[in-house]
Amino acid sequence: MPHFEALVHQHGPMIWRVCRALLPEQDAGDGWSETFLAVLRHWSAVAAADNVQAYLVRIAQRACADIGKRSARHIPMAQLPEQAVTDGYSRTELWQALARLPVRQRQAVIFHHLAGLPFSEVASALETTPTAARRASADGIATLRQRWSFEELS
Amino acid sequence: MTQLPPTLLAQLGDRAEAEHLIDIGYRIVDSPMGPLLLVATESGLLRIAFAAQDHQQVLEDLTQQISPRVMQLPRRLDIAARQLDEFFAGTRRDFEISLDLQLTGGFYGTVQRALAHVGYGRTLTYTELAAAAGRPAAVRAAASACARNPLPLVLGCHRILRTDGSLGGYAGGLDAKRYLLNLEATRTRLAVPD
Repeated sequence: MPHFEALVHQHGPMIWRVCRALLPEQDAGDGWSETFLAVLRHWSAVAAADNVQAYLVRIAQRACADIGKRSARHIPMAQLPEQAVTDGYSRTELWQALARLPVRQRQAVIFHHLAGLPFSEVASALETTPTAARRASADGIATLRQRWSFEELS
Repeated sequence: MTQLPPTLLAQLGDRAEAEHLIDIGYRIVDSPMGPLLLVATESGLLRIAFAAQDHQQVLEDLTQQISPRVMQLPRRLDIAARQLDEFFAGTRRDFEISLDLQLTGGFYGTVQRALAHVGYGRTLTYTELAAAAGRPAAVRAAASACARNPLPLVLGCHRILRTDGSLGGYAGGLDAKRYLLNLEATRTRLAVPD
């Protein structure tokens, strides 16, 4: 097991992609920091994990969910968009399209395609079966393709 | 490959330090003898290493010996860095920093702690150092203890010479040892004019 900072250098960029995909831009840095602070607080569990990368993605998912709830409470009701998941996503059209996916599909796409986890690991992160994880990811990608080509045409 | 925004690491370091989550904080500073690795726990300065000692390897060893909670924390080493600058500029003779002496165990440790009493500009032989540590016959052990000094510069092992006056060894290289002896000799003469 490398030391903490080596772990940050090794997995930090991947966790950064995950946090930017799971959280609005202004909160992504918080999600990233919270993830690695949690690593420090629970080092022995991280060191004992079979797959450190997958374990980190799960920590990031939990950290981002907490931050998402916290900042959602601070948005006045009148300003809530129709779909809460879209708030703050404004980087690119693709990012916006990703944000509009159903939560399950979005997570599966992020964990598999952005974090690079195999479906067996995506499945444990989402507490589902590998088959269901693969299907959610495939559905998500299919939706992205449809919307992408539709928006390109329109 | 996604690049991390540079502020992310600094923010993480600040928050981790505020929550007392980092056991081994480090910083690399420039010096006349090349880059120096400074390492501190929350109790004090733990380790100084020369580039020749391989900074990554030193951090790796501390990971095994003390804790894997390692991170670059420049601010934890502000005072040590400033006092070393002053030392190299010749304006500081004694260090006023809290030390973490947990790496100075056993007889080597006794020798290393005895180094603290060899004043600026003075020199001792390895034989005299062995005697100061309470075992006059343990000359080779005293030399090994100097070679393994976890806090060179602060515990001044550069002030220890062979009985014939030759330099002996130095973890930072003999040029570094010569540089330090010259620095201290010059400043001592300047400070006490005839």
